[in-house]
Amino acid sequence: MRAEEISAWVEQAQAACASAKDLDGLKVVRTAHSGDKSPISLASRALGSMSAEEKVVFGKLIGDAKASIAQSLASALLRLEAQRDQKILLEEVVDITLPVNRAHRGGLHPITIIKNEVSDFFIEQGFSVEEGPELESGWLNFDALNIPPDHPARTMQDTFFVEPIDSGMVLRTHTSPVQVRTMLTQEPPIYVVCPGRTFRADELDATHSPVFHQVEGLVVDKGITMAHLKGTLDNFARHMFGPDVTTRLRPSFFPFTEPSAEVDVYFNNRWIEWGGCGMVNPKVLATCGIDTDVYSGFAFGMGLERTLMVRHGITDMHDIVEGDIRFTRQFGVGL
Amino acid sequence: MRAPLSWINEFVDIPAKITAQQISDALVRVGFEVEETITQGNDLTGPLKFAKVLSIEELSGHKKPIRYVGLDCGEAAERFVICGATNFVVGDIVVAALPGAVLPGGFAISARETYGKTSNGMICSGRELGISDDHAGILVFTQAQATIGSDAIEGLQINDVIFDIAVNPDRGYALSIRGIAREVAASLDLDFRDPIDSLQNLEFKETGKGVTAKIADIETSSVFYLRTLSNFDPSAKTPLWMRRRIEKMGMRSISLVVDVTNYVMLELGQPLHAFDKAKINGGLTIKRAGKTQKFTTLDGQERNLDPDDLMVCDDDQPLSLAGTMGGLYSEITDSTTEIALEAAVFDQLCVAKNSRRHKLSSEASRRLERGVDPFLPQYASARFVQLLTAHSSAVHVATNVDGKPQLCARIKMAPSYVSKVLGLDVDAKTVVKHLRTVGCEVDENNFSVQPPSWRLDLHTPADLTEEVARMIGYDKIPSVLPPRPLHATLSTSQKRRRSISLMLANRGLAEVQSFPFTNQATIDAMGFVGERATTYKLANPMSEEFPLMRVHLVPGLIETAGRNLSRGAKDFAIFEMGSIFRSSQKLVPAFSPKLNKRPSQDEINKIFASVPNQGYHVAGLLVGKVENEDWQGKARNYSWQDAIAYAQDILNLCNLEWSISRSDFAPWHPGRCAELIVGGKAVAHAGELHPRIISSYGLPERSVAFAVALSALPDSELVKPKNVGTMPAAVQDVALIVDEAVTALDVEEALRKGAGPLLESITLFDRYDKIGDGKISLAFTLVFRDANRTLTGEEVAVLRESATAMASKACGAVLRTA
Repeated sequence: MRAEEISAWVEQAQAACASAKDLDGLKVVRTAHSGDKSPISLASRALGSMSAEEKVVFGKLIGDAKASIAQSLASALLRLEAQRDQKILLEEVVDITLPVNRAHRGGLHPITIIKNEVSDFFIEQGFSVEEGPELESGWLNFDALNIPPDHPARTMQDTFFVEPIDSGMVLRTHTSPVQVRTMLTQEPPIYVVCPGRTFRADELDATHSPVFHQVEGLVVDKGITMAHLKGTLDNFARHMFGPDVTTRLRPSFFPFTEPSAEVDVYFNNRWIEWGGCGMVNPKVLATCGIDTDVYSGFAFGMGLERTLMVRHGITDMHDIVEGDIRFTRQFGVGL
Repeated sequence: MRAPLSWINEFVDIPAKITAQQISDALVRVGFEVEETITQGNDLTGPLKFAKVLSIEELSGHKKPIRYVGLDCGEAAERFVICGATNFVVGDIVVAALPGAVLPGGFAISARETYGKTSNGMICSGRELGISDDHAGILVFTQAQATIGSDAIEGLQINDVIFDIAVNPDRGYALSIRGIAREVAASLDLDFRDPIDSLQNLEFKETGKGVTAKIADIETSSVFYLRTLSNFDPSAKTPLWMRRRIEKMGMRSISLVVDVTNYVMLELGQPLHAFDKAKINGGLTIKRAGKTQKFTTLDGQERNLDPDDLMVCDDDQPLSLAGTMGGLYSEITDSTTEIALEAAVFDQLCVAKNSRRHKLSSEASRRLERGVDPFLPQYASARFVQLLTAHSSAVHVATNVDGKPQLCARIKMAPSYVSKVLGLDVDAKTVVKHLRTVGCEVDENNFSVQPPSWRLDLHTPADLTEEVARMIGYDKIPSVLPPRPLHATLSTSQKRRRSISLMLANRGLAEVQSFPFTNQATIDAMGFVGERATTYKLANPMSEEFPLMRVHLVPGLIETAGRNLSRGAKDFAIFEMGSIFRSSQKLVPAFSPKLNKRPSQDEINKIFASVPNQGYHVAGLLVGKVENEDWQGKARNYSWQDAIAYAQDILNLCNLEWSISRSDFAPWHPGRCAELIVGGKAVAHAGELHPRIISSYGLPERSVAFAVALSALPDSELVKPKNVGTMPAAVQDVALIVDEAVTALDVEEALRKGAGPLLESITLFDRYDKIGDGKISLAFTLVFRDANRTLTGEEVAVLRESATAMASKACGAVLRTA
């Protein structure tokens, strides 16, 4: 056995590894160059019959050669495995643009979305969200709000009454009875918004619905002024319509506020009537047992359908009330 | 309410440099919404002349009547024009557009050959001049009204701006040019000339005995002026300027007497009614009809009077529905020579009721309902006499009066109150100035304010504050955020509703909102019975088809699903959240505590208790396939399990413990409906809809639904979680054979009980119902775990044995062998 022979085996093994084309080829190389019958294995076995001095010399040569062959095999294996994987992965390419989502698309009704949005805005401002019944006492819906029994709003043309008529029960015409309930059950300071469903005996058309939604706000505290009403509405309008929106208050009339105003917003280059507002009429505060020498308050209310239609450019009320899933789905969950 | 600028200008000198837009803005600023600004005449150029018809030649042989008309336009020669209208005769005055004139719409007039003649101009209708919608014929006047050859643009006062103004219901005074002009003057800081000033001292000579005026009940009317006139020549014509103003206000010219009543009403705001005195027997009395009887109003309609109707009656019969509409019998006709002119302030409520009972809203009732200045009857009736006697041969006979006008009470107000309400510093001087501008008399020493007679809406310091505020301008009020509480949060139930709707939306359900109305047929079709079938009935529903309040959400979902199906949707899931209205309690007669002070706690409780409880539910309806079929393959149909799973998930989301049992509950399939129970109360139902309902509403077969009574759910308890063990789990499968009547839940519960506290979870992994003999096989995976140590094989075998023994004992289960 000669040292040259051993290094030749190593070189042959390295050359074979380098030229192996695939993992099967490498298996053959492995058997030939490191298998039981490979020259290096045979040489290793022959060590036993050598003298002690030879053993030292050749033992080291053979050991080094084996390690070197093993390393060549290992790196060839890595290379060939990577080559195989590469090929498989290429074969496994798919069209990831295929439509994969079979699930029905759900969504919240846009009125729910806007109601949540308004509630969240006011919650952040420290207002609580109050609700009340839709079938409501006439006293809470009208009388307590300074709307006298002969007021035109209390006719059958405007208000849904429930039998028997003498019960005075109505489908609430606004969410204002929630304000009265709040003032009758809570002590000032009161900071609430009342979103909810309301009813008026209007025919359904492109801009009216007999069933619609309002959000009203009520603040009763010491030293509340009309300037506070304006500040609150400006803030609210910017939240709903964007930072550049401007508002305008116009004198108006509501039995439950004095002074009263209409609030308009300048949106998309025109003035839009948004809602009504004013300082809570002291008569209403007095009916709710609030000391008008100490407290004052403001209130405002707007239609959610109207807000939605203006903001989103919806032109037909039918879309909002008909429950066509194609309409609702466009809104997702509104986030 | 319309208001022509030319008429406003009579009471305010508006500088010419102020534009129509600025006037409109000024009105808006003080609370009068201008709905439309109509500009007349700016697209019209003359020459436009009044012309007398000299000759008419009818041209025959054409499809429609054609006239060749000779006109005297004040020119040397007669002018001939072709005209297609026939509503005039020789001698009438018409309006002729001469060549060179341009009519609205860019219609240029020139001499032209037509119908074989030369037409040298055009005779115009109101619509062609842009001053009315009338195109039935041409404009026709008499020689008394218009001068031949004079400029008709000037004569017809065509160049004008008309504001159409929305007047709030508390401002009856503004339903007059006087009222609008006052507001314009105030808003623009200009002087206002009150037309009343010149009428206050107007006196008429008494020349005979007039019709007497009487108010039977002072509650029904405050003031009744009755002016009697005679010697009227019914052929008298309305002067052109008056007719044009009436037309600009959107009314029609009728006859001189009627026109003057309308003119004065429009000018001052006091409705007037003229009776033919010859038809009056005795005097006139304002009183209630007293009994049901027939009465024909001057629109020719026979009406059934209510005993409560307020009427103006003579000694024999009612002659007029007070403040609403006159009667046909005593109306002014073309033979009337004697007139009784009524100017009265009837009670607002009486007029409102008259008007409502007879569904008759008139110009008069609109004003009287909103309140008319009680001092006006005197002035307005004087104005009538002034105008009628000036434009006809009529003479004043006598004036009779009943009732006396009263001013409303003075208001005490600290001037600082205004600043306190507005959040804007307003000094006392400014407060006084603005209150005087709106007509108040102010005693500065003790700050007591007398509202003017026409302001029936001013009673409190808050009312006066609004007056000051609108005069200052709402835009001057600063924008300041109020002090606010530091914290607020949604209530638990509000948060739950949010989470549930988000969960359903995220799982493919689209939210819908349906009208909460239903009908008996629907309630019956659903199979609701007992208290689930009783509800409240609307006295005035939108349509007789849906007179009841809904008792359940599922019918609305079915209707909405039907709409979606009819529009082509096939597979979908929808849900709704909202109130239902079962009549849980009988409605009691309304209870109305006194206002302006807090009712007693008992009274408040009584009011709250009078409002029935209204449940709040969520429900879903799932139809067709659970997902869209596509290239990936088929999809399965929604089935009863899906609906039950949604109901369970809603309760799970609320962290509530529930139990389940089968229920025969409408509107579900009696064998395929689950009832979920929380705290002993059934709070949810889910499963397949009843096949009868599915077929009668045309839903896809085996559609499923769930409904959860959210308002019946208790708050969840604070979660106290168990330790999560990290020792290895021991998994055991058991297959049991039971009678098919035994529920999976029964078996599971028995296994659970027998397995003891080391059982971590139990899962039914197989159900096989093809064994026969009325038996089924249920196979469960039991997972055991001890928190502190690894369970031995022997221990687990014992637990498994104990579990199956309990199932055997409780449910007759037999271990299934391979």
